[in-house]
Amino acid sequence: MHSEKQKHDFEPKIIAFVCTWCTYAGADLAGTSRMQYPANVRVLKFPCTGRIDPVFILKAFQQGADGVLVSGCHPGDCHYIAGNFHARRRFAAFRKLLEFIGVDLNRLQFSWVSAAEGGKWVEVVTDLTERVRAMGEMVEFKDLALEEQWSGSLNTPELQEAYDAI
Amino acid sequence: MSRIGVFVCHCGENISRTVDVEQVAAQAAKMPGVAFATDYKYMCSDPGQGLLKKAINEHRLTHVVVAACSPRMHERTFRKAVEQAGLNPFLCEMANIREHCSWVHEDRDEATRKATEIVGMLVERVKKNRVLPTITVPVTKRALVIGGGIAGIQAALDIADAGHQVVLVEREPSIGGHMAQLSETFPTLDCSQCIMTPKMVDVANHPNITMHTFSEIEQVDGYIGNFQVTIRKKARSVDEQKCTGCGVCMTKCPQKKIPNSFDRNLGMRTAIYVPFPQAVPNVPVIDRDNCSMFKSGKCGVCQKVCGPGAVDFEQEDRLVVEPVGAIVVATGFELYTIDKKPDDSAIVGYGEFGYGTIPDVIDGLTFERLASASGPTGGKILRPSDGKEPKQVVFIQCVGSRAREKGISYCSKICCMYTAKHTMLYHHKVHDGQAYVFFMDARVPGKNYDEFWRRAIEEEEAVYIRGMVSRLYQKGDKIVVMGSDIAVGVQVEVEADLVVLATAVMPRKGADTLAQKLGISYDKYHFYSEAHAKLKPVECATAGIYLSGACQGPKDIPDTVSQASAAAAKVMTLFAKDKLEREPIVAWVRESGCVGCFACKKVCAYGAVEEKEIRDRQGNLIKTVAYVNPGVCAGCGTCQATCPSKSVELDGYTDEQIVAMIEAL
Repeated sequence: MHSEKQKHDFEPKIIAFVCTWCTYAGADLAGTSRMQYPANVRVLKFPCTGRIDPVFILKAFQQGADGVLVSGCHPGDCHYIAGNFHARRRFAAFRKLLEFIGVDLNRLQFSWVSAAEGGKWVEVVTDLTERVRAMGEMVEFKDLALEEQWSGSLNTPELQEAYDAI
Repeated sequence: MSRIGVFVCHCGENISRTVDVEQVAAQAAKMPGVAFATDYKYMCSDPGQGLLKKAINEHRLTHVVVAACSPRMHERTFRKAVEQAGLNPFLCEMANIREHCSWVHEDRDEATRKATEIVGMLVERVKKNRVLPTITVPVTKRALVIGGGIAGIQAALDIADAGHQVVLVEREPSIGGHMAQLSETFPTLDCSQCIMTPKMVDVANHPNITMHTFSEIEQVDGYIGNFQVTIRKKARSVDEQKCTGCGVCMTKCPQKKIPNSFDRNLGMRTAIYVPFPQAVPNVPVIDRDNCSMFKSGKCGVCQKVCGPGAVDFEQEDRLVVEPVGAIVVATGFELYTIDKKPDDSAIVGYGEFGYGTIPDVIDGLTFERLASASGPTGGKILRPSDGKEPKQVVFIQCVGSRAREKGISYCSKICCMYTAKHTMLYHHKVHDGQAYVFFMDARVPGKNYDEFWRRAIEEEEAVYIRGMVSRLYQKGDKIVVMGSDIAVGVQVEVEADLVVLATAVMPRKGADTLAQKLGISYDKYHFYSEAHAKLKPVECATAGIYLSGACQGPKDIPDTVSQASAAAAKVMTLFAKDKLEREPIVAWVRESGCVGCFACKKVCAYGAVEEKEIRDRQGNLIKTVAYVNPGVCAGCGTCQATCPSKSVELDGYTDEQIVAMIEAL
């Protein structure tokens, strides 16, 4: 298990997008079981991996994440019947796009972690943190972040005007 | 301008041991938009919640972030407290600094920094939270039951006895289903008709039950609490109101040689007929394919002899619309037709055992009719080819089932028991006869089932041979069955007079079409899928629709009846309230941006996305957009991530909220 006492030169920032039913609960289980893992990960909870827009992954990289984790229920166990299948299909295509724009795919991890797999959550987070630590800082997107700020809102007056004109 | 309150919990020492909670609160107080931040030993306790409510009022807080345990633990608690303080519960968020922080990290500095960041993330998120109203949906307290077998009958009776109106739809001319065809039932050997027909009569006489026999579901619209079901009442050619059930028409009908499908084609019936003598309703139906009047226009005998004038050759199909609040699906099963390839599935036919070519090779349900006192032979076991009593009968199990290469890998569950029962019934009726059973495994795990199976072997002298049959062929008036006994390791050959195949149990033909009408899911065999295999075995993923019986998978009578009552209980739970309250975490469409591509509709597993026309004042169509029905939406958000024009939003998880969180990091 990773020792928290050990200090490194570079602490990667890891953002995890997880579904609330399986992986979030799995991470909770890791907590109640007092399993230890690196403190680099920040968890964002979604109802389902099907809700995770690939744009969020870009946004995370743009915002300074060095690694991104997407995790949900195992295939066939989706609380919403097939949301994780849609997510899997979407990300399979999205990986090619990321590769095309020059993001090292080793910075992006997809995994299935069930609510019973606290240990697997620790393993996945630890592995990704160590891998990204070895890769170093992700710089490519940080410059982009300075150029453009997307508010995430589509309700701008300009757009509304454009819509009304249609 | 938002005035956010941040409440950091010590959780005794669970959080404060690793995280410097005072510092987290101090840092939070500096975050933009935060008007008040404090820490407390037990936030979830009564005094802790009191502190939260007091702070909301004193500091005129507009949003709340509670930094404590997992939202899975106490989100409800704090949202309730916030609601009591006069704020909308969805303006409260929880930062998980226990399960995701203090418990999994040892370094105090790192854990404190992480906790502060998590709080910062939630502070940014909560600013974008909207007031969400609780969604209430009215409930129509009438239930629809599809299928009039034992599953549908039990569910209908339970719901009706609870005082609710029930509409029962059966596609055959009579209710009863497969159970009415059985002779005796395992493991008690009581007569199926004796326990079934009184229930059928109860259904017919129940003041709360409306029965539509010889009817099918045409269309299903609406959602939980508010379904509109269109039922096609097929033309019976007999007026149900006028008919007295005297049966004169049937005795006079000149067409007497039509194979009776209720008797598995062993017996004959007339063109105007009731499927079996105890049919409910006891109203005949004209088989238009075989009736001379419909084929050549010559006959009309039944009409002439009918005293009340009930026969009506002009009758047409009728559509009836019934409003209901819940639906119980109980469409049951049918047996694998091994003689030919079923046209509506990918399953390959199973012709090896001569079914359909050798007349004395029959399936289990046909044997039930032979053994039934009300069957074509009056309960005598006589073989179909020459009506002789068979002295050696071979039963073959797992025909078609548990055979991956044949397309069905599942176990049909009931065959081990009904074959054991068949050997007993045979032995009781043909004392000098011998039953042989070829089996792979014996699966008899129900209450008193193993005892029953052992009784077949030990007391009723059935010879069980462990091994599969490789081949069988006709030799004179005998059928030679060749197989192996793997227990002894020898080849076995039995000269049988009759062979009974325990064929695979399959869903009803057309199960997939009905599922599409209902918007429920089914597996690759077309059995309907439950919402959760363990914890929601009766519910469908589509709210308001419940499953009962063998339409979900092979089931015996006790299991079917239990599940039917469970489905009825679920319906009654739904009907216990006048209005249905739902969490407002649902998707909605920004119509200005929607281009009507309906990618969202394609990915929605719940059928919650509808098409909506937008017209101008003159009534000209401007465009068709998507509309999410909040009563149906489950809140997964797959539609939102799929929408190419970003016109769908999931309340509680909007793009703004997510992006705010990412930007806070």
